[in-house]
Amino acid sequence: MDALDLARWQFGVTTVYHFLFVPLTIGLGVYVAGLQTAWLRTGKEHYLRLTKFFGKLFLINFAMGVVTGIVQEFQFGMNWSEYSTFVGDVFGAPLALEALLAFFLESTFLGLWIFGWDRLPKRVHLACLWAAVIGSNLSAYFILAANAWMKHPVGYEVVDGKARMTDLWAVLTNSTALAQVPHVVAASFVVAGGFVVAVAGYRILRERGLGVLPGRRSVQAVQDATVPARRLPDMWRTSLRAALVMTAIAGVVVAGSGDVSGQLLREQQPMKLAAAEGLRHDTAGAPFSIAPGVEVPGLLSLLAAHDPGATIEGVDDIQARYEKTFGPADYTPNLPVVFWSFRVMIGFGMAAVGLSVLGLWLTRRPRPRRRRGDTAPGTARPVPGWFARLCVLALPLPTMAIVAGWLLSEIGRQPWTVQGELMTAASVSPGVSLGEVAITLAVFTVLYGVLALAEGVLLVRHVKAGPELPPVERTPAGPAPARPDEARLTPTLMY
Amino acid sequence: MTTFWFIVIAFLWTGYFVLEGFDFGVGALLPLLSRSEAERRQVLGTIGPVWDGNEVWLITAVGAMFAAFPAWYSGLLSGFYLPVFLVIAGLVVRGVGLEWRGKVGSRREVALCDAGIVAGSVLPAFLWGAIFGNLLFGTATATVLGGALSLSVAVLHGAVFVALKTTGRVRARARRAALLAAVGAVPVAIGTLPSVPGRGPMWTLGTALLAAAALTAGVTLVWGRREGWAFTATATAIAATTATVFGVLWTAPLPGLTLAEAASAPYTLTVLTWIGLIALPGVIAYQAWTYWVFRKRLTAEVS
Repeated sequence: MDALDLARWQFGVTTVYHFLFVPLTIGLGVYVAGLQTAWLRTGKEHYLRLTKFFGKLFLINFAMGVVTGIVQEFQFGMNWSEYSTFVGDVFGAPLALEALLAFFLESTFLGLWIFGWDRLPKRVHLACLWAAVIGSNLSAYFILAANAWMKHPVGYEVVDGKARMTDLWAVLTNSTALAQVPHVVAASFVVAGGFVVAVAGYRILRERGLGVLPGRRSVQAVQDATVPARRLPDMWRTSLRAALVMTAIAGVVVAGSGDVSGQLLREQQPMKLAAAEGLRHDTAGAPFSIAPGVEVPGLLSLLAAHDPGATIEGVDDIQARYEKTFGPADYTPNLPVVFWSFRVMIGFGMAAVGLSVLGLWLTRRPRPRRRRGDTAPGTARPVPGWFARLCVLALPLPTMAIVAGWLLSEIGRQPWTVQGELMTAASVSPGVSLGEVAITLAVFTVLYGVLALAEGVLLVRHVKAGPELPPVERTPAGPAPARPDEARLTPTLMY
Repeated sequence: MTTFWFIVIAFLWTGYFVLEGFDFGVGALLPLLSRSEAERRQVLGTIGPVWDGNEVWLITAVGAMFAAFPAWYSGLLSGFYLPVFLVIAGLVVRGVGLEWRGKVGSRREVALCDAGIVAGSVLPAFLWGAIFGNLLFGTATATVLGGALSLSVAVLHGAVFVALKTTGRVRARARRAALLAAVGAVPVAIGTLPSVPGRGPMWTLGTALLAAAALTAGVTLVWGRREGWAFTATATAIAATTATVFGVLWTAPLPGLTLAEAASAPYTLTVLTWIGLIALPGVIAYQAWTYWVFRKRLTAEVS
């Protein structure tokens, strides 16, 4: 165990933690902005309640994404000074652009949104949320462009032992980035969709007095103060279906961009592709193992080359070729980790998207009867209790899928930090001692663990409490507002 | 181009210290300025909408250093490993405290958030001064003095900001806190003055004197209840101090490293210049608009 190992663990731990929160921020932000837009356009009160409710969950999670992101910005310099000095000219540019073009937008306008409910005109207030959300998504683009450069460096030359950028446009339109950005951003929408679906499923169960596990009845839920006497029209059904639509569409994008990424892997990072299958030797018509021993012939070739007979390079043969090109070293990443993370990513991701398609079918509206004069659509199908339970239980699936995807992507890149240019062992800070990395690793792990737990508790608590009562019912003495834009419906600060 | 980017980075750090300087001061003073939950909300409400945007100045400054002077970025952060680590640990705790304190349940949890806010404000406010003090002089005394200077000036700056943005008892307490903080800040600031001559270019002497004068003026203005002008003065003092520090760092941003050695290639600096010239004015404009939207003084009742 030396400083290098601990620095790698630290990067892994802090990045995975960061990545637990950020995808939810990216996807849920758009979802909340969509709800608020719906409220502004239709004036329907339940959209406002949903905006507030999911807005609060969004903000609890947003905090963790921001603070864990600060660590990332410093970590390159602290633990990986050799890497930073080598790549800064190229890699630093998207990071600087991320802060300048995305983070400022996100933080400033989110502050305006949180505190601006009763200070800004409604349209301006909504525009602030959209600006913040665009900032979040833009930041994903820049950081993934930087990350893509590590896997497939373009637009640079090496002068005096340092990478020098020759073409910023090439860096920003790196084929790897253009495949990776939609993949990760759409996966973030799947994560957020899965989150909303689980929350809505839970609320549906609770308001029917059902427990999350079958057979359990929660009696107190029936008298739950958050269930308004005057039921709002299928609020949770609306939010559930909206999230299912989001997840299903995002799932298609994830699959499509994942397919493109697979093609690129074969060209740009053959070792990662070989490791993902555990393929030892160059093979024509390479199979894909669904589990060890269960092989589908030709499927890997089909996935990676769109040709079931295509040759896929194998780990041992690539190792031999790399030794010739780069000199003797171990160029093979951790095979079991890469192999299993690939399967977890695909399996859990597909399960989450499959669930959303199933849910859309279960809750579809029956077609209007084809009788003359009867154009009203049929009554909406209620959400089945068992499906609501499934929604809650499936909560971890998308997050496990994206974390696995991240492990595949980054551990599969080893032993390189910059593919073909710089090895991880040569990237670490030479002046930082084992003890120093050990201290920071220990503190970050404990601190992040405690904070993640706290976030979980806060989220659960707010989901259980449910949305605030509509102001109409809270003040029965007052006159009912005629329009949703009356002052009393834009409640106090969310802070 | 190298010089220009050095100035850009100095500007970003200046923005950071001026803006987050009062955030830190407000956070550090939280227990001293407020006696009730309503007052605590009043105090924190002054920075609520803006603190996160202010912190991005740091992220941008560091990101710009990474892009424009990779060796400076990596040398500074790996060289000051544990202090920088404590700064970010402080920022983590403080950020979470600020965002969560309105969403937790019990009084105990709110108190925990407040503890995070205070610790996460005091720690970075002290450490930034200590880091730059050590960078400039390399002695233990300079480290402690630098930390004391940045912490006391941040507290003064924050107190003036609260006095400017609130009404009632909190405003009165903030004014007294500002005067108390000045008792610490002004002597330390004047004490560091003699160390400036002979270290950097001649003009740093001017900015150092300006900083000391602005600080003294700020205190006088607080005394005279001219809070808007007092805030301008403390902001000027911080900006002039940062300018002095970066003026001295100009020739050698780190011991044994010249700016030219640390710099990225002209191509990178040129493209970043164009993007920065277009984007930065926009950022400044919309952040200024935020301050305009939330320009009203806060009372203890409303929030």
